[in-house]
Amino acid sequence: MWTPPPQLQNCSAVSSEDPFLTSSSLPTCLPFASSQSVPLPFPMAHGTTTLAFMFQGGVMAAADTRSSCSGLVACPASQKILPIHSHLVGLTSGTSADCALWKRILARELRLYQLRHGRRLSTSGAAKLLSHMLHPFKGTELCVAATLCGKKMNLSGPRLFYVCSDGTRLRGMLFSVGSGSPYAYSILDQGVHWGLSVDEAKSIAREAVYRATYRDAYSGNCVDMYHITSKGWTRRNREDLKEEYYREKERACTHAHTHPQTDRQRRERAMLESKENWQEYHED
Amino acid sequence: MEYLIGIQGPDFVLVAADNVAASSIIQMKHDYDKMFKLSEKILLLCVGEAGDTVQFAEYIQKNVQLYKMRNGYELSPAAAANFTRKNLADYLRSRTPYHVNLLLAGYDDTDGPGLYYMDYLSSLAKAPFAAHGYGAYLTLSILDRYYRPDLSRDEAVDLLKKCAEELNKRFILNLPSFTVRLIDKEGIHDLEKLTLGAK
Repeated sequence: MWTPPPQLQNCSAVSSEDPFLTSSSLPTCLPFASSQSVPLPFPMAHGTTTLAFMFQGGVMAAADTRSSCSGLVACPASQKILPIHSHLVGLTSGTSADCALWKRILARELRLYQLRHGRRLSTSGAAKLLSHMLHPFKGTELCVAATLCGKKMNLSGPRLFYVCSDGTRLRGMLFSVGSGSPYAYSILDQGVHWGLSVDEAKSIAREAVYRATYRDAYSGNCVDMYHITSKGWTRRNREDLKEEYYREKERACTHAHTHPQTDRQRRERAMLESKENWQEYHED
Repeated sequence: MEYLIGIQGPDFVLVAADNVAASSIIQMKHDYDKMFKLSEKILLLCVGEAGDTVQFAEYIQKNVQLYKMRNGYELSPAAAANFTRKNLADYLRSRTPYHVNLLLAGYDDTDGPGLYYMDYLSSLAKAPFAAHGYGAYLTLSILDRYYRPDLSRDEAVDLLKKCAEELNKRFILNLPSFTVRLIDKEGIHDLEKLTLGAK
């Protein structure tokens, strides 16, 4: 995520009249950088990689853990996936402080709704509530892009919503948000489909975050993964991706003999499957 | 980047909108519906700045429904269009203007079909055909050339296909599919989605 230094402008979404090549909404110079001779190709937004997708086994959500502040890693172990209640999880990108605050506000409002009406608000309703709460702040420096992943305990299927502080609210099967999202999208678009098994889903989510952290400077450090089913969410222990970079490098050097592909898959599966790596939801 | 088009016939209005919801350079959704049903025979097509579109369109939609509940009968398309324009104009010089471009299409039982073009500066024009977005630059001349006031439904759909093919050929951005709807005295009908293969 990204804490804005004093002179950085808000990277808001481009209006339909402006082609994405215009430079009017680009951030101004970084504090210690020399004059900007090469313009950025498109507005760089939200230094992070978060992703979530729906499949037959529920919703899989993954995110990196790096908080950056224009070139400095402010926190290598931040939490971008925030559980809101036992069946709803929010992935946040944008300004860290804004995201933490709005997640708490949303959790409060959902709990109040539950107490007043005797039932939980649906994921769609929660997304609409968040979208309406953020609307008055449109045009200000507030920057929150949240992906809400939920599965109600009754029959209805899993739901995935993307809510942004510029007012966007989209329902979909697959979303990735942040500066690393293009890299993640390309991995996910290749492999995600409804019929994935849970292990395949875990594998591809982790791979997508790994590839995005490799290429994107503002994403990195560890990967968090959450799996949401009708029984609630389960969280995988944070994994440091540094190890994976070295393993990949080693594999690339010694890939002459045996099939490195199956070796890696076997190792990965063992790591992902081991039960002690996954925690269940506990009411705190 | 977004595209809306409307064609009015003697007893129907045909409207189409693209299906892409984009954020910067990424297509976040390929099947996004940009049409809002105001009443049984009125559709509002809305494009523009990210949050403003849905907020404004839903505001108009709920107010039109409220009018029906209070008064027992529905607003006519002309009245709905003028109401929308008035709201846009009121917000234009406030601190929170809505940056939206609209097409309102409806069928009135007394006046017949109507297509209204509105833009973010709250101009309003009743037109036989209209389009919004960069794609409009490429397709308005096709509409100028082939439009006739007595188009049949099939001819109107063919004209729409010509416009979509031109966009597919010459427009720099990829608009793979369009939602198409037709309004006539029976109400709003969903037509087959217009999908074009890559050229």
